[in-house]
Amino acid sequence: MNINWKYNIGLLFIAVLITILPFMIVKNSDFAGADTQAKNTTQEISKDFEPWFSPFWEPPGTETESMLFALQAAIGSGIIFYCIGYLKGKNDANKK
Amino acid sequence: MLNNYKMNGILTGLLAFVIFATTTQAVQAMHIMEGFLPPSACIVWGILCVPFLACGITKINRLLDRHPQTITFLAMAGAFTFVLSALKLPSMTGSSSHMTGIGFAAILFGPSVAGVLSVIVLLFQAVLLAHGGLTTLGANTFSMGIVGSVTAFLVYYLLQKIGSPKSVAIFFAASLGDLATYVVTSLQLALVHPSEVGGITASFIKFAGIFAITQIPLAIVEGILTVVLFNIITAYAHDTIKPFGEH
Repeated sequence: MNINWKYNIGLLFIAVLITILPFMIVKNSDFAGADTQAKNTTQEISKDFEPWFSPFWEPPGTETESMLFALQAAIGSGIIFYCIGYLKGKNDANKK
Repeated sequence: MLNNYKMNGILTGLLAFVIFATTTQAVQAMHIMEGFLPPSACIVWGILCVPFLACGITKINRLLDRHPQTITFLAMAGAFTFVLSALKLPSMTGSSSHMTGIGFAAILFGPSVAGVLSVIVLLFQAVLLAHGGLTTLGANTFSMGIVGSVTAFLVYYLLQKIGSPKSVAIFFAASLGDLATYVVTSLQLALVHPSEVGGITASFIKFAGIFAITQIPLAIVEGILTVVLFNIITAYAHDTIKPFGEH
């Protein structure tokens, strides 16, 4: 079976479009995490609520954060594409 | 051939271990934050997950025992969840969230296996990245690994039953599984943090406004990405993959 690249790339294009659309629609926002908002809402609702447990370790700064973040995405996609390559190789070898 | 499969299995297994063990992620948690659920709730959600996860572990062992080549797809499903939960995307609500990637695993292997993969991802995120939390691990596993993956599985199954095209079924399964995760997250927070006025319902609406509405465009993107990945693997391995883990 062959891959219909036009169809797949078209789909990926739509995904990219949906992702960048908020930048055009919503102005003056820094797109903070939904969890930060939830934290604030929790404190609004339960005024005397204090988180009773805190993480053992948190990344020291935004630079380290973005490094770890990029690393995670890179290694994850590395595995996905390794597997795709493996399947393609096996598929091609079986055809012969 | 078997040796090749074994080698490949070991290699991908190692790789999978490496991502889980070395990657850290510092994205803000879109899962329930550490310490935000009272101990009783943490215990209840944790206990609810146990039988489901035990089922999943048994199933994974059986799969790898009978069909070692499925490790390729297991590693892929785990990695897919890992990548998608690293990508914080902006949403129309002016805030960001990330996808779950759980639909792919649920369609391919069934919800219990997807649950096990999600607990691995959530655990490492909680320990290394201060993302989600150890105390809220049970609640987050319940929303993502159980409700999210069961929703995805059922939607896929039902749509296939009524004869919809495969990619349509995959799209809705992955999208709705993603969305269901965050609806449950909102409910879990609302249950322990009811509003003074309006109680649980009012606070559910508030939390759902934050988590679930933000998630809608992301759920659509997740649906699309899952369809693309399925297109690719079915083209190269249509004889190897049988959804629902009936290997």
